[in-house]
Amino acid sequence: MKSAKQTAGRAKYAPHRSKKKLALDLWRQRYLFLMMLPALVCVILFNYVPMTGLYISFVNYVPRGEGFYQDMLSAKFVGLDWFEYFFSTDFGIVMRNTLCQSLLTLLFSFPAPIIFAICLNEIKNNKVKKAAQTASYLPYFISWVIAANMFVTFLSGDGVINDILQALHITDHDILFMQEGKYFWLILALANTWKNIGYDAIIYLAAISGIDQEMYEAAEVDGATKTQKIWFITMPSLLPTIMIMLLLAVGGILNVGYEQQLLMGNDAVIKYSDVFDTYTYRYGIVNGMYSYGTAVGLFKSVVSFAFVAITNKLSRKYAEVSLY
Amino acid sequence: MLKSKKRFKRTVGELLFDLFKVLFILFISIVCIYPFWNIFVISVNDGQDALRGGLYFWPRMFTLENYEQIFQRKEFLHAILVTLSRTLIGTPLVVLNTSMLAYVLSREKLIGRKFWTLLFIFTMYFSGGMVPYYLQLKNLGLLDKFVVYIFPTMLNVYYMILIRSYLYGIPESLVESAQLDGANDLKIYARIIFPLAKPVIMTIVLFASISHWNAWFDSRLYTNSMDLKTLQLVLVEILNQFQTSGTNGASLAQKAQLMSGVTQKSVQMAAVMVATIPIICVYPFVQKYFVKGIMIGAVKA
Repeated sequence: MKSAKQTAGRAKYAPHRSKKKLALDLWRQRYLFLMMLPALVCVILFNYVPMTGLYISFVNYVPRGEGFYQDMLSAKFVGLDWFEYFFSTDFGIVMRNTLCQSLLTLLFSFPAPIIFAICLNEIKNNKVKKAAQTASYLPYFISWVIAANMFVTFLSGDGVINDILQALHITDHDILFMQEGKYFWLILALANTWKNIGYDAIIYLAAISGIDQEMYEAAEVDGATKTQKIWFITMPSLLPTIMIMLLLAVGGILNVGYEQQLLMGNDAVIKYSDVFDTYTYRYGIVNGMYSYGTAVGLFKSVVSFAFVAITNKLSRKYAEVSLY
Repeated sequence: MLKSKKRFKRTVGELLFDLFKVLFILFISIVCIYPFWNIFVISVNDGQDALRGGLYFWPRMFTLENYEQIFQRKEFLHAILVTLSRTLIGTPLVVLNTSMLAYVLSREKLIGRKFWTLLFIFTMYFSGGMVPYYLQLKNLGLLDKFVVYIFPTMLNVYYMILIRSYLYGIPESLVESAQLDGANDLKIYARIIFPLAKPVIMTIVLFASISHWNAWFDSRLYTNSMDLKTLQLVLVEILNQFQTSGTNGASLAQKAQLMSGVTQKSVQMAAVMVATIPIICVYPFVQKYFVKGIMIGAVKA
């Protein structure tokens, strides 16, 4: 009886599935759908319904208190005016900050975990290895509130960094790092790297642990040195992972976060700290310009979706090629 | 002759690499640990004494006064309570919801599986953005209520993908034999899948609880009342009192506090420590699972 049901279940992929059968299959899977229900409610309420709200970027939305949708649909249609306004005003500076922060972050945070993972792998003492690894992802777990405060404190006029610079006679006066825009991108990039190095290294360590040990043994027989083994075995074996990680990073290039900018930035450096998300927050929420904030957010969503789609396709292609 | 030269070169190269390796790892470890140690040292040192500077590795005048001060602040204690509640309520809910979804989407026979999967994964790449999301929470009447910390965080597609990749590694025959024994999907999930997925579940518990513990932006964005502020948001406010006065060199606020034993800065550092210590205590114990969980996700993704 049960096995008959099983075969019936398999036959549901037959092209001429009757309605009755579908109903039966649905009934049989009622528990699965029941278990999916809460997530479905969440995704509709918190992801798909907000997407309909994107329409307010094409109108002049003003809350009149008659309910969101009535207000939205009765608002004056303005077409692409909000977008044009953005492009003619702050687009340049916001885009520049986003890209520069993102690329500078990539410059440090991309190679650092690779080097760290390779070095960590060469440590033979397991206890030391574990301790170093545990230390390295402590920053990943603490909040940006605390992380940002550490950077602000250490880089302040009477902070440790200034003490060191003065002890080494590199500078004779306090450098106010957090007050000058020219330092902000670099500080942000270093903070991002510091926070993520341990976490990112895990992925490379996983890839290294998947390398066939016989290759190393064979190389040893041939008299290869440690550095040669790293250069000719570890690095080429890591290359597919590196490429995929790079593509993913490029895909997320517009997502540079907002917490770190809000927490480390101040009015003196806002010309350098402002990115799409902080800009949307300031105009859309704090200033209550709902339509404008939505338009800026929509622009960012569309562009970053395109980025992700392209790089995903590339990485899929690359992953296939690299595997076989 | 030639051979010995070559060998010499090799050893120099290896020596250099070994040196680099040790120094690099030492550097990263110190850079990751030292800031916490420094904050700890300041937080257990006498506030006035700390103003003299030069407090790097060890407290000069040990005191717990700073902690006494911070624990006397009602708003701080209340914020701990808020954060603790959202962590304790929110974490089990997101873990349960997300792991159930992962199980459902891992079932090959699920009707419309491709559609459902796409429906959820699409939200990782495209969203309505901050403003429509905010307005939706407003429409739902969630603003300025405690549940705004819970409901919107109940689903996390990234966690779902991590769990699902782990579930793919569980042999199908286990589920099938249970089905033959007459177990329904709810039972299979609760009795077989959930216990077997423990490493990845623990990883998600860690992630979810830490993201609840660290949350501040949703508190600033979606709530106004004093008694809904999370720990990290109160921390932002406590720390900003210093930043606005401290960055302009000599600060009046600090000088004004010189009369009392503690200073604003030392109390701030104590507050930071209070927010950090739970994390430092918890994560080394869970890291066994955590590394395993990430690796599985990384290899499969």
